[in-house]
Amino acid sequence: MDFLTIIQVLDSTVRLATPLLLACLAGLYSERAGIFDIGLEGKMLMAAFFSAAVAAVSGSVWLGLLAGIGSSLVLSGLHGLASITFRGNQLISGVAINFLAAGMTVLIAQDWFKQGGRTPSLFAGGRFEPIEFPFAEAVSGVPILGPVYSELLSGHSILVYIAFLAVPGTWWVLYRTRFGLRLRAVGENPAAVDTAGVSVVGLRYAAVAICGVLCGIAGAYLATALQAGFVKDMTAGRGFIALAALIFAKWRPWQAMWACLLFGLLQAVALRFQNIDLGGVVIPVQVMDALPYILTVVILAGFVGKAIPPRAGGEPYVKER
Amino acid sequence: MERLHKMDKMPKWADVVLIPVISLILAASLSALVIVAIGEDPVEAVNLMVTGALGSTYGWGYTLYYATNFMFTGLAVAVAFHARMFNIGGEGQAMLGGLGVAMVCLYVPWPHWSLALLGACAGAMIFGAAWAAIPAYLQAKRGSHIVITTIMFNFIAAAVLNYMLVNVMRPQGSMDPASARFPEAVHLPTLHELLTPIGISFSKAAPANVTLLVAILACFVVWALIWRTKLGYEIRAYGHSETGALYAGISPVKITMIAMIISGALAGLMATNNVMGEAERLVLNSTEGAGFIGIAVALMGRSHPFGVFLAAILFGFLYQGGAELALWTSIPRELIVVIQALVILFTGALDNMVRMPLEKIFLAMRKGKA
Repeated sequence: MDFLTIIQVLDSTVRLATPLLLACLAGLYSERAGIFDIGLEGKMLMAAFFSAAVAAVSGSVWLGLLAGIGSSLVLSGLHGLASITFRGNQLISGVAINFLAAGMTVLIAQDWFKQGGRTPSLFAGGRFEPIEFPFAEAVSGVPILGPVYSELLSGHSILVYIAFLAVPGTWWVLYRTRFGLRLRAVGENPAAVDTAGVSVVGLRYAAVAICGVLCGIAGAYLATALQAGFVKDMTAGRGFIALAALIFAKWRPWQAMWACLLFGLLQAVALRFQNIDLGGVVIPVQVMDALPYILTVVILAGFVGKAIPPRAGGEPYVKER
Repeated sequence: MERLHKMDKMPKWADVVLIPVISLILAASLSALVIVAIGEDPVEAVNLMVTGALGSTYGWGYTLYYATNFMFTGLAVAVAFHARMFNIGGEGQAMLGGLGVAMVCLYVPWPHWSLALLGACAGAMIFGAAWAAIPAYLQAKRGSHIVITTIMFNFIAAAVLNYMLVNVMRPQGSMDPASARFPEAVHLPTLHELLTPIGISFSKAAPANVTLLVAILACFVVWALIWRTKLGYEIRAYGHSETGALYAGISPVKITMIAMIISGALAGLMATNNVMGEAERLVLNSTEGAGFIGIAVALMGRSHPFGVFLAAILFGFLYQGGAELALWTSIPRELIVVIQALVILFTGALDNMVRMPLEKIFLAMRKGKA
């Protein structure tokens, strides 16, 4: 395998890791505040559709992004209503949101565009274009560092850079701000937060809203940057891989980035090589497909360090128990 | 689940009948709004669905075929619910059940379909149960959350099935990722073939088959197991209170394992209907999401086998009716996915939204009487 191939695989790793990373950080905010979210998939899917639909109609990808975030926030609000206000089962609510998105996107797409549940293909202006770093063309001839700079680091859409900047951002918010401290506390011991006079309900809604915004960006990235338009079920389980990455990272931001890059690499390798021949032993492509899930099960089982979720996760908070 | 202390606020019939009915009405009204929003007439849509799903033996044949699938997966989710576990892995367990059925049908020379059905049931149950047993073991012994592991196992099951169909079971020369056709000897009689000898004419084209009776039998067996055996009592006790069960000498590890193994076996059994009864070969995505519909069916049926039976027929009707709608109107099949989502939302996640106002009404009525 030559150097350029490696760079190309790593380049598509970054592209494929981006939606995972955004959704993973989304889940991190929600779950750190004690609200389990298995509806990441649905929120991404809804955002993917609305961003592509609005971008196709208006011709502006930024309006598309806003529409995507808005639609994802509506589902977040529903999840909050069910799991915070009405203290329902958060897992069941997540399942419902996934189905709601899977059904509604196709229903609306068919009604609006009549193209079999997809949006029209997006052209210039309707998509996020790659950003070329300065001198990317000029230095591409330099050995090793040239291709790394011009192929791997430069030439992604702005959402990719936003996603990776969100990692230190999330770390800072969680560990260096008052809001972050309270957010983490509400996921571990909501009664203590309540006693301190801070609204548990308010904090949890805030966390769920941040989750909605990030899922919205993730969905918009899928439909307007990674691909040019929405197709039915285009998230293809990415919300669940993000969930797996979140557990893999034990609910911490930097580790989440590495986990998403690892799972992105697996996708990139599976996409490029199909079956991998390792000197006689052939690794079938299905192993690469299943590996993120298998790794997560192994981590969850505590065979490689224990993954302990936030203590109050999944429990509705009742005042004055 | 934790409904014991709430019972005194409301009569039991309200809890068992009124709340699901109100939830269903809410889900149906929202679905009607969706139909209006995409420019179709909801009354006309309901008419089409009823005639398409229930207006002929052909329609009934499809309705009952889908209902058979949903009875198995609904019972699977319900049994796990009784032990307060959420088995989201019915889809993967049913996929693996399909693998078991295909192996039994392809690699064993069966003399008669009845014996083959017994063998296929065993194969489906063993494979489905095994696929549920791993997450159950990890939950019981290692404390990993059953919901997350069963989700992961759905994806792993899809990869396993994909590998088996592409690399192992695909007949030589075939491009299609599917197993060979099952031999003629394992063909299960359809309702047409069962009912014609006793003088009832039933559509020849519909896929409903003898496994419907297996599903109904499974409803009875699960009812007897949950409410008439010591094991069922232990499962329910564990579901109500883990600490209480512990003091009563009930082993959490044992109950978690047994409840999930039963659950997985039931989900696996679905394959006798869709793989052996209908397709007569194993294809990719043979489950078509029926494992997930089991969640809606179990919630709607309040985890009671009779409720599951009724809810499965309701969803069978919705599925066949939805297919007819997609055929005759511009409403895509995905409308059913939306209805399913709304049912899960109202009967599951937003249960308290329906319940709390009702409880207030009943309390006020009681005070009025006293």
